[in-house]
Amino acid sequence: MSTEVPFRILPRVGKRNEHYWHGGRDGELRFQRCADCGYYLHPPTVLCPLCHSKNIVIEAVSGKAEILTFTINYQPWMPGLEVPFVLAVVRCLEQDDLRITTNIVGCDPEEVKIGMPVKVIFEAHEDEEVWIPLFTPDESERP
Amino acid sequence: MSSPDSSESFDLIGERRAVISGAGQSDIGRRLYRDPLELTLDACLAAVSDAGLTTSDIDGLSTYPGGMEAPLGFSGAGITEVHDALRLNLNWWTGSMELPSQLGAVINACLAVSAGLAKHVLCFRSVWEGSAQGNEGRSAVMPGGSPGSSYRASGFMEWLLPYSAPSAAMWIAMMANRHFHEYGTTREQLGQIAINARKNAALNPNAIYRDPMTMDDYLNVRMISTPLSLYDCDVPCDGGTAVIVSRIDTVDDLRKPPIQVEALGTALHGRPSWDQFDDLSTMAVRDAGSQVWGRTDLKPQDVQVAEMYDGFSFITMTWLEAMGFCGKGESGPFVEGGSRIARDGELPLNTHGGQLSAGRLHGFGFLHEACVQLWNEGGERQVSGNPEVAVACAGGGPMAGAMLLTQRR
Ligand SMILES: [Zn+2]
Repeated sequence: MSTEVPFRILPRVGKRNEHYWHGGRDGELRFQRCADCGYYLHPPTVLCPLCHSKNIVIEAVSGKAEILTFTINYQPWMPGLEVPFVLAVVRCLEQDDLRITTNIVGCDPEEVKIGMPVKVIFEAHEDEEVWIPLFTPDESERP
Repeated sequence: MSSPDSSESFDLIGERRAVISGAGQSDIGRRLYRDPLELTLDACLAAVSDAGLTTSDIDGLSTYPGGMEAPLGFSGAGITEVHDALRLNLNWWTGSMELPSQLGAVINACLAVSAGLAKHVLCFRSVWEGSAQGNEGRSAVMPGGSPGSSYRASGFMEWLLPYSAPSAAMWIAMMANRHFHEYGTTREQLGQIAINARKNAALNPNAIYRDPMTMDDYLNVRMISTPLSLYDCDVPCDGGTAVIVSRIDTVDDLRKPPIQVEALGTALHGRPSWDQFDDLSTMAVRDAGSQVWGRTDLKPQDVQVAEMYDGFSFITMTWLEAMGFCGKGESGPFVEGGSRIARDGELPLNTHGGQLSAGRLHGFGFLHEACVQLWNEGGERQVSGNPEVAVACAGGGPMAGAMLLTQRR
């Protein structure tokens, strides 16, 4: 692991969630999607909660999202954690309720606003085979 | 999302067959360094004797969260330890944390006596988070270890820990920020929850923090996770709380006039998750709160004492809205200035000091205080006018439980 990669607690990756944590290797933000009704599923599951189909595929989305809410965290909860940083819930543009909790990086925390357009980037933890989807302001969406 | 109607005719409101007959607490302190089982049993025996019963009368046992090793200090004792320590003969028992809040353990007991499975259920919750953290602070009990650790996040924490979000403070902070954004709520308004709690704690000899807190103190203390500062977060402590839930036809065996369980709220209609719930400015409290009022002829205006969870100050704001004491989004203006929620106001709130100032007894402290007030045992902090209707509410995020209680003399 390169020394510039910040400390993070990594997820336990298995069959059900590997699409999410490995997608960044190919630069893709991936979710489960119901092949029958088109609904994106997150967190990962084994059947579509809307139509109960088990016909589930993995699909990449655009990586464009909107910040629903956020907080600037100042508390050093764990050794090795650098503060302040931004924790946010973002909504992917593909579906009203396709949300993830993530960090907003690449800008001053004070610039983060609810409703702000953001896009995915990935933080590689290659030795551990985990690519963490993070979000950064989407300049192309700036008015 | 369709919401099943939880209104029921009276004969289906089984919780009316349940009363609260006794309540007790152990010593409570920031760090007591006592055996957590001892604290648990002190609370249990205090509640049994408060009800005028003996341990041989107890035939039911219920707790939250049950015995568990981690996080350290979160559970003082499980069912098995208390069962054996008191040599109880049980007709019904349960200990779990997948419940509509910590008070879910008491709600379960109400259902057990209503169903006739038990007559007198001892319900307990004990913590020793103060001692467990020692002088190292919260990082001593946080999941996940440190650089180089082989720990990997799973379950719902899989989606939070990799983003360095191990604490509910951060999850609740995001809800608060959404509320601020949608409704114009301010830190000065939120601060009234903490300041009110501290005022009440000053009159509670068992509270942890009793020195006065001004708005300046509140606004200038260090930030934890915006908009929540240190004084928006409850204080870890050591202590146990217990109540006895009895079947209504045992009233003649009891020492005190029992408190009637009027209506319960346990609903959760949205997704059971901190970040996937439909409305990020409220949460499960919305559904549990509205369910209560579908099960009684009483109205929010009838409530004379409100003891509502403040693990973080913002959660109390969501409970104020959920229980109908104000409209959705109106909790900020409702608490503005603090007079409405003061002990002599129209809705005396968290009269013992809440978890913010009296200590994080984790849900059960609110029910204990509601009972104390309905029994007129509040001493210096007693709400005047012999209150007859109280609510005790616990939980936040994807878990919430509410109890409407009456004491008609
Ligand atoms: Zn489907």
